[in-house]
Amino acid sequence: MSLSATTAPPSPAAPPSPDVPSRLRRGRLLNRLDVKYSPYLYIAPFFVIFGAFGLYPMVRTAWMSLHDWDMIGDHSFIGFDNYTRLASDEYFWNALVNTFGIFALSTIPQLLLALFLANLLNRTFLRAKTFFRMAIFMPNVVSVAAVAIVFGMLFQREFGLFNWLLSFVGVDAVDWDGHRWSSWMAISSMVNWRWTGYNTLILLAGMQAIPKDLYEAAAIDGASPWRQFWQITLPMLKPTFIFVVILSTIGGMQLFTEPLLFGNGNIIGGNQREFQTLAMYMYEMGIVNLNTAGYGAAVAWAIFMIIVVVSLFNFLLVRRSAK
Amino acid sequence: MSVTTRRTRLAAAALAAITAIGGLAACGNDDDEPAAGEKPAKLVVDTFGEFGYDEIVKQYEKDTGIKVELRKTAQLGEYRPKLVRYLATGKGAADVIALEEGILNEFKANPRNWADLAPLVADHSKEYLPWKWELGKAPDGRLIGLPTDVGSLAVCYRKDLFQAAGLPTERDQVSALWADWKGFHEAGLKYKQGSGGKAFIDSITAVSNGVLFQGNGDLFYDKENNIIADTSPAVKNAWETATSMVDISAKAQTWSPEWSGGFKQGTFAATFCPSWMLGIVSDNSGAANKGKWDVAAVPGGGGNWGGSWLGVPEQSKYPKEAAKLAEYLTSATSQVEAFKAKGPLPTNLEALKNEAFLSYTNEYFSNAPTGKIFGDSVAKIQPIHLGPKHQAVKENALEPALRAFENGQADKAKAWEQFTKDAKTQGAF
Repeated sequence: MSLSATTAPPSPAAPPSPDVPSRLRRGRLLNRLDVKYSPYLYIAPFFVIFGAFGLYPMVRTAWMSLHDWDMIGDHSFIGFDNYTRLASDEYFWNALVNTFGIFALSTIPQLLLALFLANLLNRTFLRAKTFFRMAIFMPNVVSVAAVAIVFGMLFQREFGLFNWLLSFVGVDAVDWDGHRWSSWMAISSMVNWRWTGYNTLILLAGMQAIPKDLYEAAAIDGASPWRQFWQITLPMLKPTFIFVVILSTIGGMQLFTEPLLFGNGNIIGGNQREFQTLAMYMYEMGIVNLNTAGYGAAVAWAIFMIIVVVSLFNFLLVRRSAK
Repeated sequence: MSVTTRRTRLAAAALAAITAIGGLAACGNDDDEPAAGEKPAKLVVDTFGEFGYDEIVKQYEKDTGIKVELRKTAQLGEYRPKLVRYLATGKGAADVIALEEGILNEFKANPRNWADLAPLVADHSKEYLPWKWELGKAPDGRLIGLPTDVGSLAVCYRKDLFQAAGLPTERDQVSALWADWKGFHEAGLKYKQGSGGKAFIDSITAVSNGVLFQGNGDLFYDKENNIIADTSPAVKNAWETATSMVDISAKAQTWSPEWSGGFKQGTFAATFCPSWMLGIVSDNSGAANKGKWDVAAVPGGGGNWGGSWLGVPEQSKYPKEAAKLAEYLTSATSQVEAFKAKGPLPTNLEALKNEAFLSYTNEYFSNAPTGKIFGDSVAKIQPIHLGPKHQAVKENALEPALRAFENGQADKAKAWEQFTKDAKTQGAF
């Protein structure tokens, strides 16, 4: 009681300045708000931008895909007609086959090569490591368009380097964009050239995170480097590998610039659509043909669904096989 | 196409968002509607390739006190998506827009995007090539384009290669070699024999272009815009003529590296030249080949490949002044000036009779009197009805099928089947 007496109890005659506790209260409130909401504020820029440039276009595309939409004219709601039409569209399936073909030709050799190179760069005896790591990444810095144009020249029918080299071993000039197999090879070579180094670096980073004592223990037990690679490196690399596979899947399914420039910018990708990819077909329907924008939007959503399915499939495949 | 590009895209998006937010306050002022009758400070003109307007607009600026900004896009392929974006979003378009034949036909399907020029300018309907004037009208009757140029056809040929193969080199004698397409094929075979098996023309699609545009009836569409690609006699004729030339073709697709390189290498000795192609031929052939090219008449009379109109988009804030500027740019004097500057061929009847135009000779092409050659062939052009998706049918159905045949990927029947099937999907609108 004496304590309360000394601390000048509030008297009705002289109330203390009212803003002391209210300021305190406000400060506490602000503090609580700060703790509770400011994390959201910090991550807000990403979500605002994602909402404007990611989510909104997706929703809008979905909305468009339910319409018969003319880019510079009218549109009318038609429900899922675009999607039913898609199922029986020969050129859509053709583009799907092309995309998967080029994807297989580019991703599989690319990842194997990247794994090999990463393993090589991970060796302790290698000199000038930084130089090699830089060098292997260089192709990725070059713009896609430049790569496609240069490769397009290398693969020319009349004056191309590859046909010139082939002529020394007695092979007739190949019309690279005239056949399915040759155009797929040419396009995947561009992709491989550009992305092998990138994947190598990611795999290398993954390899360096593997504890060294595992290798030491294995070496003491007499395991060969080959066996160490199979039984230590690969299993430990699994999460990185899954990441790389999914990235390559997304990239491969969206392949656009390389095949477009390879075919001199023609959106149908070869005289008989030998190398028209899904992304190119989407562009043809959605952007080039003004009056089929809604159908193009349906193609875009189909690509999205395919990427989700293929990524899941690859994820399961890689996870299982690495067990 | 992977993490890096997506990241840069994100960074760019973030930057764009920040500028957008920062710019929000300033935005309001730009969108103010001009008061009625107010004179614009500046008009913007969108063109592709070379229209030769640089000097002409200077005079206009002096006369009217209105500044003119010329926005040029080099390639038609980059130009079209820009226009589509302007129209689809309703903003960004210039006040005067150059519309190439293919673009115009396609955009005509939605005429509401364009201002009706008829009430805005004087009646010029009798002053231009009648068919060219008619094509500037939309189906609903509104005038959406004033004629600029035509792409009257001729044949560019290499004199030195002709001589080496034992063919005549004088342009009149060369023209006499091919009164019709059969004669052209025979001349090609003769060249092939005389040159030790070299190709005569660049590609069979170049031939099909030439034949198509000579206008022997409706092409891919009839007058009611029904697709008749599979039954049209004119298309069949172009198909048969083009496929017959496969033995004298260099198989170099127009605009491909093989094609542009072929001019220097001499992989073909002749190609079809609408007037605007002359500049491209000389650029591709280079200074070393100056004086080796010449220009002769096209087999089977005149023909037209390309050519443009000037239109005013509905979104322009100054449709009246913009229409006046378009009128100025398409006048007889301006058309002659433009031809002298960059080569687009006049469509104004008075300009076509102009002395300066008719006496013009082209130094690069052995001083060929290109004014007279093209001027003569303009008179022979037959008006053709081009449907809304003419360009798409030609580029994505007919030409790929022809090339598939030319490269031996499909026999003639298969290739025709491919064409008729694709024409239906490409031509739908």
